[in-house]
Amino acid sequence: MDRLFERLHDMFNLDYLDLWPLYISLKVAVVATLFTFFIGLFAARKVVKMKRLSPVFDGIFTLPMVLPPTVVGFFLLLIFGKNSTIGSFLSRIDLSPVFTWYGAVIAASVVSFPLMYRTARGAMEQMDQNLVYAARTLGIGETKIFWRIIMPSCWPGIASGTVLTFARAMGEFGATTMIAGNIPKQTQTLALAVYSAMQGGNRQKVYYWVVTILLISFAALFFMNHLTSPKRTQKRRERRERRSRA
Amino acid sequence: MSLYVDIEKTLGKFTLRVQFQGEDEILGILGASGCGKSMTLKCIAGIVRPDRGEIRLDGRTLFSSADKVNLPPQKRRVGYLFQNYALFPNMTVKENIAAGVADKSRRKEMVAAQVKSLYLDGLENKYPSQLSGGQQQRVALARILASSPEILMLDEPFSALDSYLRWQVEQELSETLKRYPKTTLFVSHSREEIYRICHSVCVMDAGKSQPKIPVKALFEAPSTLSASILSGCKNYSRIEPAGDHRVRAIDWGAEISCAAAPEAHHRYLGIRAHYFITENVEDGIPCDITKIVDDVFETIVVLRPIHTPADAQFPRIIVELPKERAAGFAAGDRIEITASPANVMLLE
Repeated sequence: MDRLFERLHDMFNLDYLDLWPLYISLKVAVVATLFTFFIGLFAARKVVKMKRLSPVFDGIFTLPMVLPPTVVGFFLLLIFGKNSTIGSFLSRIDLSPVFTWYGAVIAASVVSFPLMYRTARGAMEQMDQNLVYAARTLGIGETKIFWRIIMPSCWPGIASGTVLTFARAMGEFGATTMIAGNIPKQTQTLALAVYSAMQGGNRQKVYYWVVTILLISFAALFFMNHLTSPKRTQKRRERRERRSRA
Repeated sequence: MSLYVDIEKTLGKFTLRVQFQGEDEILGILGASGCGKSMTLKCIAGIVRPDRGEIRLDGRTLFSSADKVNLPPQKRRVGYLFQNYALFPNMTVKENIAAGVADKSRRKEMVAAQVKSLYLDGLENKYPSQLSGGQQQRVALARILASSPEILMLDEPFSALDSYLRWQVEQELSETLKRYPKTTLFVSHSREEIYRICHSVCVMDAGKSQPKIPVKALFEAPSTLSASILSGCKNYSRIEPAGDHRVRAIDWGAEISCAAAPEAHHRYLGIRAHYFITENVEDGIPCDITKIVDDVFETIVVLRPIHTPADAQFPRIIVELPKERAAGFAAGDRIEITASPANVMLLE
């Protein structure tokens, strides 16, 4: 995929635009959001179902949100660094995440995870539990209950959690520098590019990236509001109703 | 077809201790809010796990602490109508009803049959939020019946409805229940609903169930104070025997005749508010009128017996009179009242 981007980049001669940080940011954020979405939902469901241990797990799952990102990065280096068991194993099979784009994915996933987890959990706790109970007495299996009843009922919460996760992953800085570094065309995301440009005194580039980030953030927020608006559900239902009548 | 329930469950300070048996009938569970009625249904459905005891349905053991059996709700085949109906908001009426049919090949046919028998034609593609309360209830009922349960459990089925809708919906529901051949549990705090719909009733008081009795018996001759309170009787007094067919109402400071012979286990008497006689009374209970409340179809007269002791448990008598009979009364008047011996209930 990187090669495809590079080829397109060259083909249209886009060097003057310097799209690499935007591309890396999007790649990292999309992949991280994908991971966080499923793992966050799974964790939320488990914690909602738990009885005694839920405060412990809730604490662990929320920790990345309250810790400074550099501390999260430090922990990630402890886990994935060359001196750890996991890290040495991964580097032996040539998959060490240190100074790579998937290192950035790991950092973004961990830091944005609490946002997904907490919004999903909130939505699941607020939903009418009778729906789940009714489904069970009707003989519907737990997996189907999750996808057909819990997910649609919690959709506004889950959707906004996903968008927040994406936005946070796009903006991730601290943990990313710690584990993935700031290598142009490899791990330099938008946030890091702003930092580097500022350090290098390149004001114009700073403005360029800042405006890009602002636009993307706004787009994400608009998208979130659109996804979760009751009007949209209403319209979808009306469409379905018309179709089934025809 | 029978349901056998004998369970115990402790939740903080509250202890649920329920024992009853139902046999192809509509069994009412009558109790005040918070007495554990819904909890009992949840235990039977497998949503809440009892601490001890046994639940059997048609010879199948659903729960048994002795044999370590606790079937998941999915395997219990229990139809549970929730107070708020719990319709899936993201599914249409048709999809809601189909959700409980496990056998895919029969899904269409089962849905069509329920749509027809619960008069839901034309609503199949609507969403629950587009339906009235009564329609929602019919959809919930259709969904349950389509899943072919071995028992129906209805948790306060009319509480979510406006009062003017209730009568109509109650008639429809009672028609459907008549056609249902197996056991139905009907939970309610309303004695009128229980009386109209159920065959027998089990009174619950503070988490404890009392023995099952025919509905008629509860209203004509409740045997305990709590059953009597739930049956709607408003006036009580502690009693002590005062001769043959005569008791002394301690709280009212007077004696009264009763049709039944008082026995040692009788500790209270109860007289329904509309059974009191206020005209041509001899040897009655002298009372002061403390308040007169004008109700829709009758007048409610609140009295305080003049010989009421200071430590009285029930220092008040409520009398309901036809409007014209109460016309001459005013607060502060002193009147004498009594009740015919047949209307004096002796209670445990």
